[in-house]
Amino acid sequence: MKRFFLFLPLLIAVVLGVVLFAGIGKDPTKLESALVGKPVPAFSLKDLNNPEAELDESLLRGEVQLLNVWGTWCPACRDEHDDLMWLAQDKGISIVGLNYKDNRADALVWLERLGNPYRKTIYDPKGTLGFDLGVYGAPETFVIDASGVVRYRHVGVVNKQVWQETLLPVINDARGNG
Amino acid sequence: MRHLLFVMLLTGLSGVATAEVADVYDFRTVEQEQRFQNLIEELRCPKCQNQNIADSNAPISKDMRAEVYRMMSEGATDREIIDALVARFGEFILYKPEVEKRTILLWATPAIAVLGGLLMVTIVVIRSRRGNAEQTALTPEEKARVEKILAEGDRDTNA
Repeated sequence: MKRFFLFLPLLIAVVLGVVLFAGIGKDPTKLESALVGKPVPAFSLKDLNNPEAELDESLLRGEVQLLNVWGTWCPACRDEHDDLMWLAQDKGISIVGLNYKDNRADALVWLERLGNPYRKTIYDPKGTLGFDLGVYGAPETFVIDASGVVRYRHVGVVNKQVWQETLLPVINDARGNG
Repeated sequence: MRHLLFVMLLTGLSGVATAEVADVYDFRTVEQEQRFQNLIEELRCPKCQNQNIADSNAPISKDMRAEVYRMMSEGATDREIIDALVARFGEFILYKPEVEKRTILLWATPAIAVLGGLLMVTIVVIRSRRGNAEQTALTPEEKARVEKILAEGDRDTNA
């Protein structure tokens, strides 16, 4: 018994070390979405490219799609834009844009100048849908399955590595089950 | 001139003090205002992770404060407001997570640490007492020897 107590500090140190070591390398600013496994919240917002047209949550059903939250005020969105173009054009991925807390004129100039990777873009100047989706900073990219359920949320820039290692496996899984 | 400078300094500083949370909400009663304040102090900003939404001036915190106010003015309970925000942003935003199976260890850790400490102190105290008692108690042979030595000492001083 006395021997055991001698080893107690070592034991505590090892357990603490394992727990703390597991936390190293995890980015605490990237949170898992609370909406994973839940359907996209209902919304009714205008189409960015067509102010007359209303869009709603049915837009995000029918096939596995990406929902990309962006704004012209967001520098990181500029960084990922070329890779979104690559996904849409070379990989044939269906991407819906959510233009978040932005203004229409700036957003249209952006798409004109840099190319438009989005099948449709939801215009959300007040950030209401963004709020319901739990968006806390652009860019964010959601994987939505064919029945309109959120499968995954990626916070930060999408690039080829994120695509290969993170998004593609989720999409394949969603396609397999959906 | 000096007065003017003083006034300018004061107004400048008051600007700094209020810049943190710029939005202003109207409340009918002081209790409501207090309730709002308590709610936003308990909720954590998802963007600027070590601030509550009362202190943070991130746009998302502003939106969250607006939502708390909107739900409050529609008569929602604290529970409903917190649940609505957790449904969007996850449990991360709770400074006080729910007490449930998954979080019980988290909540119990302080109590476990205090009890563990008390236990250790108790053990140390009991051990040292028992040790002292053992050392001070003399066996009959030792007692006899002590008395003999003392008696000899007496004889020496008398002589």
